[in-house]
Amino acid sequence: MSTTDMQALAEQKYKYGFTTDIEMEAFPRGLNEDIIRMISAKKDEPDWMLQWRLKAYAAWLQMEEPNWAKLHHPPIDYQDLYYYAAPAKAQPKSLDEVDPELLKTYEKLGIPLHERAALAGVAVDAVFDSVSVATTFRETLSKAGVIFCPISEAVREHPELVREYLGSVVPVRDNYFAALNSAVFSDGSFVYIPKGVRCPMELSTYFRINAKNTGQFERTLIIADEAASVSYLEGCTAPMRDENQLHAAVVELVALDEAKIKYSTVQNWYPGDAEGKGGIYNFVTKRGACRGRNSKISWTQVETGSAITWKYPSCILQGDGSVGEFYSVAVTNNYQQADTGTKMIHLGKNTTSTIISKGISAGHSNNTYRGLVKISATASGARNFTQCDSLLIGDQCGAHTVPYIENRSISAKVEHEATTSKIAEDQLFYCRSRGLSQEDAVGLIVNGFCKDVLKELPMEFAVEAQKLLSVSLEGSVG
Amino acid sequence: MLEIKNLHARIGEKEILRGVNLVVPDGEIHAIMGPNGAGKSTLSYVLSGRDGYEVTEGEAIYDGQNILDLAPEDRAAAGIFLAFQYPVELPGVGNANFLRTALNAIRRKRGEEELDAVAFLKQARAAVKSLHMKEDFLKRNVNVGFSGGEKKRNEMLQMALLQPGLAILDETDSGLDIDALKIVADGVNALRGPKFSALVITHYQRLLDHIVPDVVHVLSAGRIVRSGPKELALELEAHGYAGLEAA
Repeated sequence: MSTTDMQALAEQKYKYGFTTDIEMEAFPRGLNEDIIRMISAKKDEPDWMLQWRLKAYAAWLQMEEPNWAKLHHPPIDYQDLYYYAAPAKAQPKSLDEVDPELLKTYEKLGIPLHERAALAGVAVDAVFDSVSVATTFRETLSKAGVIFCPISEAVREHPELVREYLGSVVPVRDNYFAALNSAVFSDGSFVYIPKGVRCPMELSTYFRINAKNTGQFERTLIIADEAASVSYLEGCTAPMRDENQLHAAVVELVALDEAKIKYSTVQNWYPGDAEGKGGIYNFVTKRGACRGRNSKISWTQVETGSAITWKYPSCILQGDGSVGEFYSVAVTNNYQQADTGTKMIHLGKNTTSTIISKGISAGHSNNTYRGLVKISATASGARNFTQCDSLLIGDQCGAHTVPYIENRSISAKVEHEATTSKIAEDQLFYCRSRGLSQEDAVGLIVNGFCKDVLKELPMEFAVEAQKLLSVSLEGSVG
Repeated sequence: MLEIKNLHARIGEKEILRGVNLVVPDGEIHAIMGPNGAGKSTLSYVLSGRDGYEVTEGEAIYDGQNILDLAPEDRAAAGIFLAFQYPVELPGVGNANFLRTALNAIRRKRGEEELDAVAFLKQARAAVKSLHMKEDFLKRNVNVGFSGGEKKRNEMLQMALLQPGLAILDETDSGLDIDALKIVADGVNALRGPKFSALVITHYQRLLDHIVPDVVHVLSAGRIVRSGPKELALELEAHGYAGLEAA
């Protein structure tokens, strides 16, 4: 291989690592009540929202960082971060007013924001550092009665919905990072699908961290009213930097009677370099409540980025006959650490949950599946099926499976299967003897291993996710 | 043409091939027979580039280049195909996807245009039909849950699509019933022509009733100890390998 080829390959590893040079406005470093008041004022929030934030901040001050996960990192100095950073130019009213520099950024990320160039059938909310910079296809959606807007706008325009549901799935005091997010969240997406409406497009939020030393604290709230359905996808990238950056998001989903929410994530935050320097600390709380009978919430995640991932998208299966699903692929390479899984809390009768988790570890990385299946006494006839498979590449990495099962119902049925395997030398040789390069062979084998999860992704993103898996593991063998 | 000159190879400290000399001209099929432990499988792995075998001396020239310097995938692109004794399972990887990825990787290396899904499927379906296989073969995962016979057929399907210049069949007949044996033979015979040559490695004579070789070689203790016409195989069947080491 020539030097230029090698260079191209190395650069391909994280192709979203560029920075956007744009005039930014940021609040002073550090966190205190004044900063929270400034964020709230900046967003023109009603007083109830500010009080909610301050209550969360007071709670956070009393709490401690959780330390039960299999993760190691130097202490995070919360007073050294910026909690708000946004492009300096006034908030655009329409797509035509969006700063061309930002449009270019999203173009480079493969997310064109001009509707004529956009992916057909996908509406995008683009969040840049602390603010939403554009939301596409709003008119098309509003004709169907669907609300899709930045959450800061929803606080002002749809307070009755936000007040009813915000914090109803992930309470302010739920955990350290959720409390922090509740105090300082700056933007994120809000979705409301009215009764009986099947959302006519895929909805998608694209999160981009750009500013240095800035934490991103986004908040997403999705409500599917009775018999409504929606498919939502989020993507995430960040520039390559030597310092770690904090991302602490909260996502809440609410599904009423017969409603369906499908939430897919392709997480590709900057993972740090080959020596483990830099990368995003990703501490995220995601939870969905199946409040109504026969409702369904399905989480699909492809996690390839971040130096640290701490994330457990969960379902509270309250409505009788409700269904929770969790499909996950988590890839760690070099010095990445992932502690991820799900919680399925069965409360209603005849509730069912499915967990398919595929962990792939390479390099010196550590990859942990941590999951809870809890079946309460009220959940007669509940069923769960869990499958956790780990694939090891090389002999310096670790894969760990920590399943917790609590069952208080005699009529419940819980199944758990787990496997750990290595990419066998004979599999690689077999592929190579058929003409595939080492890297293509690893990509093919890994994609085969993840097939049960990848097939759950919306079509448009499945191909992208497959490529991402191969790129994330480049150089991991041989 | 394949020309193996004084090939020595070892696994760890153990020398397995001790000076193999062999010439297979284009258009010919040569059989390699020999007792267990003679180095038959080692020869096929060394020629196709498996890790763990160290070549200490000698060379193997195919179409003018020493293939021992090439990565396995580059040997495949040069036209060498190894039919495995134990084909490997690839869970979750569809057979059609695998075949198309392989075919296009080789085409790319040869500077040929890649086949799109439609053109590929047309070729693949024709190959499946000519090998009397069911079409669901293409939809199943590579070798997963295949019977021994199905795995060998799948090797033949790959060979038919990749169109190698030199096929190495490593005891492809082991564990096969007579019907499956015929399919393997048909697969090889279908490719026969002035540009195709094959090294058929086998322990038994019976495969050679169906793939009639031009030359039979006997490999024993890491060397070719005898070469002769196809009748040599019958002689070996009748008298065994005993006494050959001394020859």
